[in-house]
Amino acid sequence: MEAGTQAAPGGGRSLDRSPLARLPDRVVRIGLTAISAAILLLLAYFFVKLALEARPVFEKFGVLNFVFENNWDVSKGIYGALPLLVGTLITSALALTIGVPVAVAVALFLTELCPRRARGSLTVLVDMLAAVPSVVYGLWAFYFLIPKLKPVEQWFADTFHFVPFVATENVAGPNYFIAGLILAIMILPIVSAISREVLSTVPADQKEASLALGATRWEMIRTSMLPYARRGIVGGSMLGLGRAIGETIAVTIVIGDNPILGHSIFDQGYTLAAVIANEFSEAASDPLHKAALIGAGLVLFVLTLLVNSVARLLVIRSERQGSKPIAMGV
Amino acid sequence: MESASLAQRAVLPPVSPRRRRTDRMVRALLWLATGVAIVPLVLVIFYILSKGIGALSVEFFTTDPTGDFLGAKGGVKSAILGTIEIVGFAALLAVPLGVGVALYLTEYGRKGRLAQAVRFFVDVMTGVPSIVFGLFIYLTLVLAGTGGSSFAGWKGSAALALLMLPVVTRSAEVVLNLVPDSLREAALALGAPRWKVIVRVVLPSAASGIVTGSLLAVARAAGETAPLLFTATIVKATTFDLNQPMNSLPAQIFQDLKQPNDELVQRAWGAAVTLVAMILIVTLIAKLIQRRSRAMGVR
Repeated sequence: MEAGTQAAPGGGRSLDRSPLARLPDRVVRIGLTAISAAILLLLAYFFVKLALEARPVFEKFGVLNFVFENNWDVSKGIYGALPLLVGTLITSALALTIGVPVAVAVALFLTELCPRRARGSLTVLVDMLAAVPSVVYGLWAFYFLIPKLKPVEQWFADTFHFVPFVATENVAGPNYFIAGLILAIMILPIVSAISREVLSTVPADQKEASLALGATRWEMIRTSMLPYARRGIVGGSMLGLGRAIGETIAVTIVIGDNPILGHSIFDQGYTLAAVIANEFSEAASDPLHKAALIGAGLVLFVLTLLVNSVARLLVIRSERQGSKPIAMGV
Repeated sequence: MESASLAQRAVLPPVSPRRRRTDRMVRALLWLATGVAIVPLVLVIFYILSKGIGALSVEFFTTDPTGDFLGAKGGVKSAILGTIEIVGFAALLAVPLGVGVALYLTEYGRKGRLAQAVRFFVDVMTGVPSIVFGLFIYLTLVLAGTGGSSFAGWKGSAALALLMLPVVTRSAEVVLNLVPDSLREAALALGAPRWKVIVRVVLPSAASGIVTGSLLAVARAAGETAPLLFTATIVKATTFDLNQPMNSLPAQIFQDLKQPNDELVQRAWGAAVTLVAMILIVTLIAKLIQRRSRAMGVR
């Protein structure tokens, strides 16, 4: 009863801590869990807040009419976001068409052909494309790309006038194509980085097997690397697409600010993100206009949400196929 | 010698000229594409340097924009300081939160349902356009006049923090996962409580990776314009009060860019050189830390 039986301080339960000593542990665990849960709540609030603030415009025009009506006329108070939505889609599609082949080619070059000594520095150079801020790309495009490319675009528009959406009498300085080109440059580093990661997960025996069967380097790439990495590359491109859809400032500078649907990729246009950036200060006093811009933001949000979810799914699946985790979106 | 090549020929017929041509062409194309990818970078750097170096002077860094259309235009002091303040405060908000979420994911949540949901929505946040974050902060903090101000530097920081948070979290999660479980188990076996294991073992082992990820997030946030336009806005004077509207380099460039005045456009080029240099320095520091810790064997 004295020392031995009374819950032996030096006996088997010496590892037990008093409730007080256990407190910090509990605080840390609950605190971290709370922060994480708060992120979910914040995003939910985020969505609800945008939807609530955009309600006036949805009530006036109806959700579908707001999104698909081809008429954005601020002076008359009519808001149909189709020209903006289509502008966003055109510029992003152009960005993918130009950017993805180059990005995949760069990734293939860096993983397969590049001399080992040059690989590191070339990789850094391509990654540095992502370090240039978008406003600087816009500045450069406005003063360099637009004047330099205008004659080339005019020649292209005249020569290939039979191709749909190309012909135009007078190529505008700022236009869909320039915006698409700038976006292509901006998504190139992401798409290329993810493609590189995915391509590096192709098992070496698979590559060596096809070389041993007598395939040339290109045949090896085509038959044993690209099919293996396809899903990851598509996923990476979708992430690039998400970036292109949401990119604002560079596009705002070179799109031409014209809320009327252009007939050619060399016409001036507008995008969802650009309209928000440009019209926001004037809309502060007009509740309907403001609601319309927030509605545009909501459409943008939903669009990127869809694209990104599909992208993540594809990249994650291709990651499971390989064994290495793939760093995304950094 | 002879017999070896004969044997080889028996197994593998020579590659036909057509296949060889295709192979060569594709290789050339891959070379070309890489060249094409580098061209814009070289052009951008060359062009902003050639246009912007001339704008740099002592006054450029030490005076605020004046706003006079006729007289001296002034420099970008307020924009440089504003960028540092806004991004610094954003990092102060985003890094602890982001690392906290990452710790929850690796140390507590792991594969649980809440952890999976958090992971998914953090990824969703990565994809949200920065301008939409700006809109959100405008609606919740600016219009509501939180803190007794409408537009304010700290609200710009809040918008940037939303942008940085997922980047910090995901990169921190990756490095925290690389900390070997044996280290954790050893500490636990010695009787250390969980929180002490985190603070004394897990975080120090992952520190350099976390710093790298955070610096890259800072570099990305520093170049953002869109969310600042309607949270911190564009002003002229330097201020150290985060509750005041605050200037920033990207916003200043955006404002000067299309002005019908050569001196203002010149200032935009100078500001662009400054901004790119700042971002490159941060990126380089991040890469150096990463390389050094890799050389030490931990990532």
